[in-house]
Amino acid sequence: MKTIFEKIWEKHSIKKIPDGPEVLYIDRHLIHEVTSPQAFDGLRARGIRVFRPEKTFATADHNVPTMGEVSDPLSKIQLATLENNCAEFGISHFGLGHENNGVVHIIGPELGLTLPGTTIVCGDSHTATHGAFGAIAFGIGTSEVEMVLSTQCLLQTKPKTMRINVNGKLNNGVTAKDIILYIIAQLGTGGGTGYFIEYAGSTIEALSMEERMTVCNMSIEMGSRGGLVAPDQITFEYIKGRKFAPKEQAFNDAVNQWKQLSSDSDATFDKEYTFDAAKIGTMITYGTNPGMGIQLNDNIPTALKFSDESEKNGLRKALQYMDFKEGESMLGKKIDFVFIGSCTNGRIEDLRVAAEQVKGKQKAEHVTAWIVPGSHRVRIQAEEEGLIAIFKAAGIEVRQPGCSACLAMNDDKVPAGKYCVSTSNRNFQGRQGPGSRTLLASPKLAAAAAVAGKIVYPL
Amino acid sequence: MEKLIKITSTCVPLNIENVDTDQIIPARFLKATDKKGFGENLFRDWRYDKNMQPIPDFPLNQKQYAGSILVAGKNFGSGSSREHAAWALGDYGFKVVISSYFADIFKNNALNNGILPVQISEKLLEVIFEKISQNPKLELEVDLPLQKMSIPFFGLYEFFEIDSYKKQCLLEGLDDIDYLLNSKNEIEAFEIKHVDYTANQIA
Repeated sequence: MKTIFEKIWEKHSIKKIPDGPEVLYIDRHLIHEVTSPQAFDGLRARGIRVFRPEKTFATADHNVPTMGEVSDPLSKIQLATLENNCAEFGISHFGLGHENNGVVHIIGPELGLTLPGTTIVCGDSHTATHGAFGAIAFGIGTSEVEMVLSTQCLLQTKPKTMRINVNGKLNNGVTAKDIILYIIAQLGTGGGTGYFIEYAGSTIEALSMEERMTVCNMSIEMGSRGGLVAPDQITFEYIKGRKFAPKEQAFNDAVNQWKQLSSDSDATFDKEYTFDAAKIGTMITYGTNPGMGIQLNDNIPTALKFSDESEKNGLRKALQYMDFKEGESMLGKKIDFVFIGSCTNGRIEDLRVAAEQVKGKQKAEHVTAWIVPGSHRVRIQAEEEGLIAIFKAAGIEVRQPGCSACLAMNDDKVPAGKYCVSTSNRNFQGRQGPGSRTLLASPKLAAAAAVAGKIVYPL
Repeated sequence: MEKLIKITSTCVPLNIENVDTDQIIPARFLKATDKKGFGENLFRDWRYDKNMQPIPDFPLNQKQYAGSILVAGKNFGSGSSREHAAWALGDYGFKVVISSYFADIFKNNALNNGILPVQISEKLLEVIFEKISQNPKLELEVDLPLQKMSIPFFGLYEFFEIDSYKKQCLLEGLDDIDYLLNSKNEIEAFEIKHVDYTANQIA
């Protein structure tokens, strides 16, 4: 009577400190240029080496330009620091221009580094993405990056368990992004704090691997460090033949093991929610946290809806920042930018959906639209499938892979006061550039908005 | 790591809920490769306008508020895993953050940098905000050995939770890496029986 989470956790727990955390073994460690330099400095200060360098993989993504060469001197230093640290400590490094380069949570699954039943960490809160494979995957801070580099372990308190069931058939045009934005709107940004989520139910089981990744990716937006989906045939088929995945007999043996990974029918969860897929519509956010989302046919809530004074204030402040009014509709709102990409929605299926929306059309004249593929492989595949030609014909710019306008560490910024329909994961104040206003949505809605120049129902 | 035992200080009240790490330190300031100097950019876009002029009604810019304790609204530190948020708070001079709720990753990051997140009831949090607005010079006291947060002048207090391992770490100024390095033998013994499906695939 165990949950899948408990089964994987117990297989990786080396010991428990009395009235303290457990020593958890980490199978796979992904690093990038922004949250790793201080960890390597820590190793040097202690005079120690990386304990298991073959279990860590590095990519450059957060700070890379998506057009031309690196020009910002600080970014240049940070990227060179990653490269030098990897060389010094014997870690595989997929730097700019490398065939394996891309956004860290896109390349892990793509390369077969992400596997069921494993523990995966990265100094990035969207590490939850890898949970789609039935893995315990979560984001960590830089001190924890140093722990994994030095001992392949972390000290972690076991979180509580939560199951979120979504059952039934999705309405026409409703996507995985809408499912997760809907769930976050229901639970709020702190609703999952202290819990590790399992997503289950017939709707989730019917999703492709890429769609499951979109759902798991945003677990942290409810405060949950991770969320997973039990692996099944869809998972195994996705993994088969990937670069670093087990091959031939080793793959068959692994699948036999992975098939055991599901929550027992009598397992209990500390919290459980069940949602009906039929109630989920096309979602968009109107405020300054990912929980402030509504369906397109609903209106922005009024302060009357909240009983708590601080919640009322939170809504007022958010609407003031966004320059929206209580009770109004999001439909028809004029937009200025469209960003399609990120670890939430920068995979090939996302680009296919976007291409379908814009095929044979032109983007609205006043809109700046960027497509940023999640990795080099995604970009190459999009080229081969003719998607890039479709985007270009529509006047949409297709850039080089990177985190880009999701967090605006590079030059891909949305100017102050401008509205951006973004397929990324956060609409915090200034997230896409100081003063920028982000509307989170699916690639389908984002692409439709690029053409219409305003918020419309996608076709 | 510096030891933390008992802090008695005035505080800076930040009566805002869901303060995310993008507000604590915006992403464009994450380009440094060391841990120093982030305090300058703490709450940057709330502290300064686009012409770099201090925004007068932001508490960090109000002279009456100072001290090594930050008191913040519910769900502090949500969002990104950037430890730069903890470095920025520490670099600015905060040793304690009091709130009614903390995001998980932020909490770990703070503890790993000798900053104590103190979780108290929403009711007491409200009382603190009220009392501080009446008297900005009011002192708060956080006593780690007793796990007690109090407003001595009013005799108000509440006990807070922290696991005894983390408490010991803060009291003695030790970090998790010291502990893990001392567990190397157990980790190696574990590895012998642990299956890694990709071990033989990695060139």
